[in-house]
Amino acid sequence: MKVKYFAWVRERVGKAEETIEPPATVRTVEELIAWLSGRSEAYAYAFEKPKVIRAAIDHAHVKPDAAIAGAREIAFFPPMTGG
Amino acid sequence: MTTPVTSCPVTIRIQEDDFDIAREIAVLTKSRTDIGAVVSFSGICRADDDSAKIAALTLEHYPGMAEEEIRRHADEAISRWPLNGVTVIHRVGRFMPGQNIVLVLTASQHREAAFQAAEFLMDYLKTSAPFWKKEESATGTGWVEAQARDDEAAARWTKS
Repeated sequence: MKVKYFAWVRERVGKAEETIEPPATVRTVEELIAWLSGRSEAYAYAFEKPKVIRAAIDHAHVKPDAAIAGAREIAFFPPMTGG
Repeated sequence: MTTPVTSCPVTIRIQEDDFDIAREIAVLTKSRTDIGAVVSFSGICRADDDSAKIAALTLEHYPGMAEEEIRRHADEAISRWPLNGVTVIHRVGRFMPGQNIVLVLTASQHREAAFQAAEFLMDYLKTSAPFWKKEESATGTGWVEAQARDDEAAARWTKS
């Protein structure tokens, strides 16, 4: 699946997007955050406060317990500050 | 994206270029005699924040989702109020104080629906549309933090 990062999550991870293949045991958004956090110090820093991170699956906001099965694109970003 | 002329055309654009408020209102009301009220909200880059003077703001967005999220809220506004037209234009890029950032236009037969729908759309643009602001000031550069007061403003529209 494709993963996208925005704002300071993008800056901390060090890339805007990538394709990942998490193991089948990673079923939800919060499990994916935990799995990503274990990849490197950069990911651990980006996701150090997982409760602050917002997520979207296929362009729609989702909660941490949302299932990631079938997702084409998952995005992680800080709370929004537009307008 | 612009839908064909129906009873409530919706125009949503995300662009780097500036917008012309008078022109957008003219487009929204052209050849219509059923519109009695247009409310216009413009969000402008300001220099004075609570702490430091802002030198510039950079707006980043999530292409694709930003348009879809605004569209979902425009559709909800149309289902809640008798609207005859909605325009939302959000700029992205780097802005100096005094420059336009966002425009919301709502048209209706009467002012009450237009006022309420414009406020509803702005409250959700702030808290739910995927845009992020980065501030430059004399003390450095940093991402703007979300404000609890914006979440509270959006929460008042939640149906009980």
